[in-house]
Amino acid sequence: MIPSNFNYHKANTLKDAFALSSSLGEEAKYMSGGHSLLPMMKLRFATPTDIIDISKIEGLSYIREEDNLLKIGALTTQVEMERSSLIEEKYPIFKDASKLIADPAVRNCGTIGGNIAHGDAANDQPSLMIALRANFVVEGPNGKRNISVDDFFHGFYMTSLDPSEILVEIQIPQYVDGSGSAYHKVERKVGDYATSGAAVYLELDGSEYCKQIGIGLTNVSATPMRLSRAEDLLKGKVISNELIQEAGKIASEDCEPSSDLRGSEAYKRSVTNTLTKDMINAALGRAK
Amino acid sequence: MKHEITLKINGESITKEVDSRLLLVHFIRENLSLTGTHIGCDTSNCGACTILLDGKSIKACTYLAVRADGSEITTIEGIAEDGTNHPIQKAFHDQHALHCGFCTPGIIMRSIDFLEHNPNPTEEEIRWGISGNLCRCTGYNNIVKAIKQAANEMKNETV
Repeated sequence: MIPSNFNYHKANTLKDAFALSSSLGEEAKYMSGGHSLLPMMKLRFATPTDIIDISKIEGLSYIREEDNLLKIGALTTQVEMERSSLIEEKYPIFKDASKLIADPAVRNCGTIGGNIAHGDAANDQPSLMIALRANFVVEGPNGKRNISVDDFFHGFYMTSLDPSEILVEIQIPQYVDGSGSAYHKVERKVGDYATSGAAVYLELDGSEYCKQIGIGLTNVSATPMRLSRAEDLLKGKVISNELIQEAGKIASEDCEPSSDLRGSEAYKRSVTNTLTKDMINAALGRAK
Repeated sequence: MKHEITLKINGESITKEVDSRLLLVHFIRENLSLTGTHIGCDTSNCGACTILLDGKSIKACTYLAVRADGSEITTIEGIAEDGTNHPIQKAFHDQHALHCGFCTPGIIMRSIDFLEHNPNPTEEEIRWGISGNLCRCTGYNNIVKAIKQAANEMKNETV
């Protein structure tokens, strides 16, 4: 399959990219790794008039701790996340996810920023962002602004990014003692979208009370989903087995999956229940 | 829209004109007549089109040729030095690690990248390492054995 006609433009700097976007208009699309956008173009689900290649822009690929934040440049590839010793040591949830995102050759191209900005609830990074309460730094012709993850995903492939804006940095609260995180998804085979996935981040105080918790779900609703009711249930409490059972039940009730090739709605609710419980337990294990 | 691109393929520098929408795999097969790189699923699932772009294994069916401007590409045709099989090719031969052979070039290219980052892999790591390459003859056991053999031989070579 060959995508339908479009004009390719390479941006060497963010300024270049914004200038191209301003002159080409709203039917132009930015491309980073291209492993979500190009398949859609081949299938004619997306038919942009112009592609602005931002993958060669320098200075947008990094993973560092600064100002009490973990800052990840949006062009950091999934493989760079997978091989980072900082990630391995302190942010294991990304390691869990990296291994399950597409396959190794695709991860050589795919970027964390693209995975998020694509706005697909089936992608894995969005639910991690929800669990970790990420802040997104986006830049456009009129400068930079911050968007909280809870204001970012609007609908099927819809985000609050303006067509001329680029997600440039992902910010996550820096690792603190007593925190733990975990992600897993059920997939039929490597490279498939998730049947369901759950991302959990939590922080415990010295007496094991849950100070902070975030739970994000993959591919069980039109937009990446925050499991607010289970977060409210667990926050401020010592997380007991009974509470975990209850959180799993909430997950199965509140998710909004539809029946498809990956399973019936009822099956997906059941998988979401199990994954949510398992990931709370895994995050607790890592926090202690 | 046409673009002039210059890149190195299997050590040779070339300059060609390509259309914006030309896929890298078509460029390699049709413009350069290097047909060892196969097209299988055409949707970045099967890995038959795997090549090395600046040393990284990528699926050439999901990459625009124009984006490869300035890069260095290695395909299956470029790995046997002076007619001597690459250690991974040799291991595939020794272990009978191919049946119909359609997936073989992609798996070998992927394995080069994989072994460079994990020179001493376990069987499980090998299976994860080639998880984006499908063999529909399902000859995985011998493929895994071949990659293990190649790992051992390449390790000995560098010592």
